[in-house]
Amino acid sequence: MSATQPKSEFELDTIPGQSGIGAAAADYWNRVKGGDLGSLPAVLGCVVLVIVFGALEPDAFLTEQNFANLINQGAAIMVLAMGLVFVLLLGEIDLSAGFTAGMGAAILGTTLTQKGWAWPVSILAALATGVAIGFAIALLVARLGIPSFVVSLAFFLGLQGAMLLIIGEGGTIPIRNDAVLSVMNKNMPVALGWLLALIIIVGYAVANLLAMRRRRSAGLPTQAMSVWAVKVAALAVVVLVAVYLLNQERQRPSAPIVIQGVPWVVPLVVALVVGLAFLLVRTSFGRHVYAVGGNAEAARRAGINVANIKTICFIIGSTLAIVAGILLASRDNSVSPTTGGAQTLLYAVGAAVIGGTSLFGGRGKIYDAVTGGLVVAIIANGLPLVTQKSGVQFIINGLVLLLAASVDAISRRRAAATGR
Amino acid sequence: MTKSVEGQQGTPLLSLRGINKSFGAVHVLKGVDFDVQPGEVTALVGDNGAGKSTLIKCVAGIHPFDSGEVIFEGSPVTIHGPKDANALGIEIVYQDLALCDNLDVVHNMFLGRELRSGVTLDETSMEKRAGETLKSLSVRTLRSLRQNVSSLSGGQRQTVAIARAVLWNSKLVILDEPTAALGVAQTEQVLNLVRRLAENGLGVVLITHNMNDVFQVADSIACLFLGQMAAQVRAKDVSHTQVIELITAGRSGDIGLRPEEVGAV
Repeated sequence: MSATQPKSEFELDTIPGQSGIGAAAADYWNRVKGGDLGSLPAVLGCVVLVIVFGALEPDAFLTEQNFANLINQGAAIMVLAMGLVFVLLLGEIDLSAGFTAGMGAAILGTTLTQKGWAWPVSILAALATGVAIGFAIALLVARLGIPSFVVSLAFFLGLQGAMLLIIGEGGTIPIRNDAVLSVMNKNMPVALGWLLALIIIVGYAVANLLAMRRRRSAGLPTQAMSVWAVKVAALAVVVLVAVYLLNQERQRPSAPIVIQGVPWVVPLVVALVVGLAFLLVRTSFGRHVYAVGGNAEAARRAGINVANIKTICFIIGSTLAIVAGILLASRDNSVSPTTGGAQTLLYAVGAAVIGGTSLFGGRGKIYDAVTGGLVVAIIANGLPLVTQKSGVQFIINGLVLLLAASVDAISRRRAAATGR
Repeated sequence: MTKSVEGQQGTPLLSLRGINKSFGAVHVLKGVDFDVQPGEVTALVGDNGAGKSTLIKCVAGIHPFDSGEVIFEGSPVTIHGPKDANALGIEIVYQDLALCDNLDVVHNMFLGRELRSGVTLDETSMEKRAGETLKSLSVRTLRSLRQNVSSLSGGQRQTVAIARAVLWNSKLVILDEPTAALGVAQTEQVLNLVRRLAENGLGVVLITHNMNDVFQVADSIACLFLGQMAAQVRAKDVSHTQVIELITAGRSGDIGLRPEEVGAV
């Protein structure tokens, strides 16, 4: 590190600013070698899975329609996983998140369809339930000191029971409200889709540019323009290709209606990612979440109210689970006692972990939920195309979750060994 | 009851008079007097269980004193909690560091007291101030302010912890065995830093078991023996052996506790 003449006391930060992409890439490679894999497993997973499923089932898997399907399938998992990221960052777990989602769907269904409430009121009622569930879990975990594993397992059972009571054994509540259904079943106009793409790309580019300018004017080391350009270009390619594919006509040529455009759930997910990432990265609350997950005792000594931070994280987790439940209800057009059950929770935990959020706390980002959620969605989407046997599907899903957890554990050990 | 052999100088930064503290039936601190001068390193030594940690925890506001007087910068104060201590300018660097491994140097230095502009964190100001503080301590061993603390060596971590303590215009920095887990070179690094804190005008209390550390940096040595202040002496007035005797027996020649006081324990 002392090979280059240090410009400041803290030399390394200035190196990417001077030598650009090469140094930045080397730095990234060093981080990966040191056990800080970031979103690499998720990106590799996506690529490998698309190639595998594409090779096995090119006609069914590699279609524009299936791509849109995939996003609809993944959206609820991604939102659920975003909530879990907050809980996992603390080093805790919320096993009840799946049925919290189901509970949200159940409340939405009963109030909308059976009681005839206006949809915003229904959604607010469902969200309020999420806040209450999260608060109750946090009360038991943070104030009483019961392990979150046990508390949320109890809620897992309890909420399942509550859902059965609300919906009725074997019952199904249809959802007929257009506003709720359109989230998962309607698409943005083509032009609006392109506008969304433009907003995302320009927004990212400008936000980063402003941050760089702020750092430079403060005399701090800054990332190189070339690195910035590469990042923006990479994002632009991904976003533009996705929007292009979604804006294609997805029906069979002979079909009477045209289905094209970005599903409305996409801007919702994007807004959640931006908002929650802001909360985690740019506010002191977010900083304190990482601190509590990294070293709760240090956080306490630094004057951080650990119990409050935990409470807020559990509330965020449960509330986002409710949002996921609303998405599930919108996608299925109905609510049943199994909504949010089965593999939903494990898919979401898997999504967060595959994305790079650690089960040990203190490490993870919001967009892990998106990249990991994409991997999980591809598996959930492609596997039934390849094999009809649900036994095989269960086993493979279990193995993927185990693989993700192993990668997490190994990278953690590696990080400890290399001092990262 | 304490023999303060210390030569009188200006007003001490911190003066403790007749401090008592019990945990249940255990009388941990018995009428302790303790002075810290600004611009000096005061070593607080004593065997395990002598009451060093209790004393500093009381100063830090973690435990309340049962009785006794605390005088800070010439005026009596009461410390009810860690926030009170921080407000006075008292900072403690704990033995087990209390850093978050998963956060970088800047984040750790500002942990719990982040600078904000509006709702967002003011990262540039924080990084700048952290850099300036480290520079003022002549710290040149950090590669980057944005590296995670987990990638630092023990000495570097201790440096960050100390820098965090001086970031807040603190007047009194208490270090709890800062060199206990360090190698030779790193110990040297940290002791230099401790010396520099005093040269910058701060009052420094150094708790340690290591006599070499004591004689290398301390101006004044306060020796606790089973909850009593055996003596607070100038470092240049005593020898290595005398300090060891004070630690183990409470007295050494004519310094320290009288035999009947030692026996009264």
